[in-house]
Amino acid sequence: MTNYILEMRDITKNFPGVKALDLVNFKVRRGEIHCLVGENGAGKSTLMKILSGIYSWGSYEGEIYCDGEPKKFSNIRESTETGIAIISQELAYVPEMTIFENIFLGHEIMKGRLIDRNEQIVQTRKLLKQVRLDINPTTKMSELRVGTQQLVEIAKTLSKNAKIIILDEPTSSLNEQESENLLSLLRELKSKGVTLIMISHRLKEVVSIADTITVLRDGMTVCSLDARGKKVNEFEIIKYMVGRDMKNIYPHRSPKELSEILFEVSDWSAYEQRKQKQVLKNLSMTVKKGEIVGIAGLMGAGRTEFALSLFGNVPRYRLTSGKVKLEGKDLTLKSPMDAIRAGIGYVTEDRKVNGLVLLQDVKFNITISNLSSLMKGVVINEQKEIITASNYQNDLAIKSTSIHQRVRNLSGGNQQKVSLAKLLFTNPKLLILDEPTRGIDVGAKYEIYSLMNQMVEQGMSIIMISSELLELIGMCDRLYVMSDGEFTGELGQEEFSEHGIMEMATNIRKEI
Amino acid sequence: MTTKVVNKQQRFGLFAEMRHLLRQNIRNYAMYIALFIIFILFYILTDTTFLSARNITNLVNQTGYVAVMAVGMTIVLIIQQIDLSVGYAAGFFGACAAILMASGVPVGLAIFLVLLFGVIAGAIQGLIIGKLGVPAFVTTLAFLFIFRGLLSMVTEGSGTVVVTNEFFNNISNGFLPELFYIQGRHGLTLAVFTLVMALIIVLQIRKRQEMRRYQFPLISTSLMGIGLGLLLLLLGLLSVSLSGYNGLSWSILLVAVITLIYDFVLKKTKLGRYIYGVGGNREAATLAGINVRNTVIFAFASMGMMSALGGILYTSRLRSATPTAGAGFELDVIASCFIGGVSTTGGIGKVVNSVIGAFVITSLTNGLNLMGVGISYQYIVKGIIFITAVAFDVRSQGRKAI
Repeated sequence: MTNYILEMRDITKNFPGVKALDLVNFKVRRGEIHCLVGENGAGKSTLMKILSGIYSWGSYEGEIYCDGEPKKFSNIRESTETGIAIISQELAYVPEMTIFENIFLGHEIMKGRLIDRNEQIVQTRKLLKQVRLDINPTTKMSELRVGTQQLVEIAKTLSKNAKIIILDEPTSSLNEQESENLLSLLRELKSKGVTLIMISHRLKEVVSIADTITVLRDGMTVCSLDARGKKVNEFEIIKYMVGRDMKNIYPHRSPKELSEILFEVSDWSAYEQRKQKQVLKNLSMTVKKGEIVGIAGLMGAGRTEFALSLFGNVPRYRLTSGKVKLEGKDLTLKSPMDAIRAGIGYVTEDRKVNGLVLLQDVKFNITISNLSSLMKGVVINEQKEIITASNYQNDLAIKSTSIHQRVRNLSGGNQQKVSLAKLLFTNPKLLILDEPTRGIDVGAKYEIYSLMNQMVEQGMSIIMISSELLELIGMCDRLYVMSDGEFTGELGQEEFSEHGIMEMATNIRKEI
Repeated sequence: MTTKVVNKQQRFGLFAEMRHLLRQNIRNYAMYIALFIIFILFYILTDTTFLSARNITNLVNQTGYVAVMAVGMTIVLIIQQIDLSVGYAAGFFGACAAILMASGVPVGLAIFLVLLFGVIAGAIQGLIIGKLGVPAFVTTLAFLFIFRGLLSMVTEGSGTVVVTNEFFNNISNGFLPELFYIQGRHGLTLAVFTLVMALIIVLQIRKRQEMRRYQFPLISTSLMGIGLGLLLLLLGLLSVSLSGYNGLSWSILLVAVITLIYDFVLKKTKLGRYIYGVGGNREAATLAGINVRNTVIFAFASMGMMSALGGILYTSRLRSATPTAGAGFELDVIASCFIGGVSTTGGIGKVVNSVIGAFVITSLTNGLNLMGVGISYQYIVKGIIFITAVAFDVRSQGRKAI
């Protein structure tokens, strides 16, 4: 019997245009807590999806061994049968079903041909005790807090006799006390012989709980560290997480004296009903005319929430305090319409889900944000519309067969340009770009960066949200770093460093 | 250069281009093909009776109320909603018109009032759906009950209300006046058709010139010629056929005008864009600054008006309002839209095609009636055709998505 309960050898996974994993090796000892860390997009989740069979055998290269035996999982069911269970960041449960129904969903306890409800409840009570929950198994999932739901998910994996439990960012949506509780539960499970793999951005937690830490960077294994007895500290991990060369992939922008303040946010706080959580805490920032200001932070830090709440999409977030000023005037932004009228534009993080009408053509998508300027009486002036769309197509070099091509059939980079064109057509003074280069190739990225430089040279200002640190360092005049709904730092260009930003983003200074 | 674009496509050859175009726009052409097949089939099965002038006139007049309601429903379906109340709404509003006239209200005012009622009732549903967030399926199902109750309430005392007003009854039964004859044929009908055909030619050529001016890819001239020729031939045959009988009916004209207005709104106005935007991606529409709620309210208010108009057409056709009028209309209306290529997931749809869809549905009813097929079989056949049409549509969409 080998020392390793799990070995993943030379795993390579390609997505169209991107190598997500490149010969990754990952070994887990029996009965340890193994933490997997890395920047956003380093490949952690992809690796875990391969392990749990979500990406089936054949869609990747490399081998998986469990207890020394080669495994070829083609779906989640097969990995579950081997004893591997995954708890994703977004919990997967049926909200309107009770706890016990959720726990036994798909592997119900039967008595003859009928479900044995009573036995399920009895078993659930035992399982809940194991995760230190003292609640009625017939409570509905939707009535529980996120932290409790997470524990129920763990109980569910225990009900399937999981030997290896994978937790993807288990503490990201928990408060301090809940996190503490979860971590001590994990230690207890470990003492009972369960092997745990945990993905986390919270390095303090990682250091305190991990036996081994594996660092991934750009789809490759950087190192595996023995972390027993506090041998490793957070700063060391960060060094491994970043440590890249800065390549010259950012177009040059001539530096300018910036003085006039365009946009001011003060004391901006918001509460999200759905998560029952204060998602934004007393944020204040300024943007000067012609400036690119970046917002750095890890996934779940609240960057998109900040952007959306600024853009007037309030119903999801209840503002608890805050003021916005544009050109010295107070603004009330109740809807995106108000924001657009005031001169604020927003390009969404996920252009396919909420940015573009994919069924419609390039022209439709560009002009829909400001049709009022194209009216001739009650009719849309088609000539003007065509000229407008064609101009943007030329200016932004949108590659399409014509402005009548459906946006669905364009490449990611060109779709993003259409999103930008749509935004520019509203004549904004301030642009909020949320992950403007996500999922597009290097060449298209360069074009987007150049466009951003052109925009600020024309006097617009940009707030750029990005998960790629290098991109922020390469493009921004100034940076705010966000962690857990707060700004944990503000840096001028001369203070930019990957280490510094990562430290602020993981907020280790404050926690230590 | 433009000519280069045209040449490039011509290199494929005419048939290859035709095939390419068909494959690209199968959603737009499918029901024309279906209609064509149905016509040929019934022409043979009914021993030519189906395509007689008398029956064609009959068929077109029968389609009227379904067609106008399908026009309204198209918008509702585009924005990813549904309206189940339209059948009994039509029944109720038709009865309202009959009762108003029976109690001495002048016909013009009665029609106006009924249309207004329709708009108000629709707007209320729109408000409940758009503002309170009650799903359309539930809201309109509730209104189905309400309209059904209202209909039996207003007809309780009298039973069937007979309409004696000639003007009103002519809406669905009358024809253009017989001003003059050309070789024994209805002159005004021929004149109207000639005008329409001339207009189509002019508009096509103008559109083509515009496309050329902006150097957009064009279909080859010969293919456009074939398409235009076919359309004109069809209209020509229809005009000859109709003018040999009673001429053009008012209800065809009404349907045509309503369809053109809606087509115009959807294609040319801001409102139309917003409708496609909300239907294609609600979230994106919101972020583009569109007021989604108002768009929803508009769609249902317009649907309410079309239900009222459908009720007027139906009552006029029967020359009376009955306590059971409107039952099951919603099925024909919704089916017409889906057969006409409105996407089941919203965002796509054309009113013209929905009207053609309505013709497909009524042609089926009409043809099967002529063949003497019983009503039970008719429903089964309709069901099969309906599911085939939508399955075909979903499949063709799926292929494109790859």
